[in-house]
Amino acid sequence: MGNTEIENAKIEKRLPASENPVKFTSFYHDAVRRLRRDKIATVCFVFIVFMALTALFAPLIAPYDQSYQDIEAVMSRPTPKHWLGTDEFGRDILSRIVYGARVSLAVGIVAEAIAITIGVVLGALAGFYGGKTDAVISRVIEMFAAFPQILFAIVIMFVFGTGVINVFFAIGFVGWTSVARVIRAQVIQLKENEYVEAARASGGSNLAIVARHLIPNCLSTIIVIATMEIPADIMYEASLSFLGLGVQPPQSSWGEMISVARRHLRSNPGYSIYPGIALVLTVLAFNLLGDALRDALDPKLKNL
Amino acid sequence: MDFLLLKFILNRLWQAVVVLVGVTLIVFVMVNVAPGDPVAVMMEKKADAATIERIRQQMGLNDPLYVQYWTFLKNSFSGDFGNSYFQKLPVRALLARGFAVTGSIAVGVLLFSIAVGILMGILAAVFRGRSADRLIMLVSTLGMALPSFWLAIILQLVFGLWLKVLPISGLKSFKAYILPSVALGMIYAASLARLTRTNMLDALNQDYVRTARSKGAGETAVVVVHAFRNAAIPILTYLGTLMKSILGGSVLVETVFAINGLGRLLVDGIMKRDIPVIQGCTIYIAAVFVLMNLVIDLVYGLIDPRIRAAKES
Repeated sequence: MGNTEIENAKIEKRLPASENPVKFTSFYHDAVRRLRRDKIATVCFVFIVFMALTALFAPLIAPYDQSYQDIEAVMSRPTPKHWLGTDEFGRDILSRIVYGARVSLAVGIVAEAIAITIGVVLGALAGFYGGKTDAVISRVIEMFAAFPQILFAIVIMFVFGTGVINVFFAIGFVGWTSVARVIRAQVIQLKENEYVEAARASGGSNLAIVARHLIPNCLSTIIVIATMEIPADIMYEASLSFLGLGVQPPQSSWGEMISVARRHLRSNPGYSIYPGIALVLTVLAFNLLGDALRDALDPKLKNL
Repeated sequence: MDFLLLKFILNRLWQAVVVLVGVTLIVFVMVNVAPGDPVAVMMEKKADAATIERIRQQMGLNDPLYVQYWTFLKNSFSGDFGNSYFQKLPVRALLARGFAVTGSIAVGVLLFSIAVGILMGILAAVFRGRSADRLIMLVSTLGMALPSFWLAIILQLVFGLWLKVLPISGLKSFKAYILPSVALGMIYAASLARLTRTNMLDALNQDYVRTARSKGAGETAVVVVHAFRNAAIPILTYLGTLMKSILGGSVLVETVFAINGLGRLLVDGIMKRDIPVIQGCTIYIAAVFVLMNLVIDLVYGLIDPRIRAAKES
């Protein structure tokens, strides 16, 4: 993959865009090239990588541990020692925001992986088999989609109890219906293709056709949905933790920080503002990258 | 009435009933999987084992699960969710009270997001590519990334604590509705603006718009009467989903502004493990959404034969 990319880059340098020999490029290389030209997408991608590294190396980056209490500086305003001030226990707000990135990004990845797995399997089955299977799965999708997502996640947290692992499952369980709908529609279209007929003629079983031909052909759609749903998942986690039903203190999460900070709005407004800015920037970066990916990979999803 | 239309209506009604039964099943299973004995919760650990056993018997909690579910299903469809463990009131009364409050917020949110979102979307489409369009799109991109609860706090800080022009809690006056409506409505206004812009651009490029212009229709008439009326259909479809999100999202602004609506009722019920309240809220909210979608689908089916056909296949 790397080699072809380099070759493509060379070709690109030698020839103006109009004479670019398209036959050398695969669909995904083409998409990556289009994305690289998109400045906003590049900035967002760099920001997300930066956040991911921050989350990964939080103990090295954060000036203090997330639960270290500086008893001499409780609820302090920003100082050279504590850049964004401290909270009601004298914990460094910047450090807690850095550690909070772990929860937000992990939720985005793990919860979305759960949602995609359930959604792709059920959506592909419904689309491929049609008839009764489709009717049953479609009704199940409607049943689960009948609950407002945040309320459904709240009730799941009630059933399983609070904590970060349960947040993953609650949000994953909430998000699969939209994935299933899109994949179902796409599989219905794809299964009419000749390669499906060819696979069947050469003795491919139904399962093999779904797993080897139909699902891989939905890959670009899956990537687009995942990028567009990750910010929603991050928002749900923040909302759950804000309501006191998600990540529990002393572990820090942006939603949990905002929830506590609300009680100190008069004395320390920054405490509410900073974690929110981290949340907004992360969601914004994923939203914009998702838009760009959609345009590059799958313009048909424009109205999603 | 033709046979196909009747078939479509019956089919759609049947689907709605199946989904509603499924909703009760999901709620029933979830509540039964949840740890903790409801009677012990209800008695707040004051009762001895024998009393708890007697009450379990009375409440039918010792019956086989399918008998319990059947009773639960019948009661749900008649709107009887029992009494709250703590407030000693029928859940139905609490739901009615909560819905009146949440409904009034939802109206505020809808008005704000529709008015601002559609107006901005139309303006952006009309001034496509110019700075007004770019500004509106920039603001809407930002708006879609703003979590309602955080925006609510920022609005409280600015308009309540610093400028002191708007109340920061309760719903006592008309002014009190402004901040909750804006906080929750911002994200929907932003997405409506984008949706309206896309559909307006589409409509403005159609032949009938050119025809209207060549007939000498004024620019306002072209935009509002000819283009917007055609762009409105996908926007209307979006409103169903929008209502569901507002009902859900309301819990967050209700928390920030200390408003006792449906969302607060559910979260308080969960904190106290008040099972009848949890069951009532979830089923009620899901039922409202299912019925709303049913009405939207039926209306579309009556208006547009193409949708009827698409839903059937």
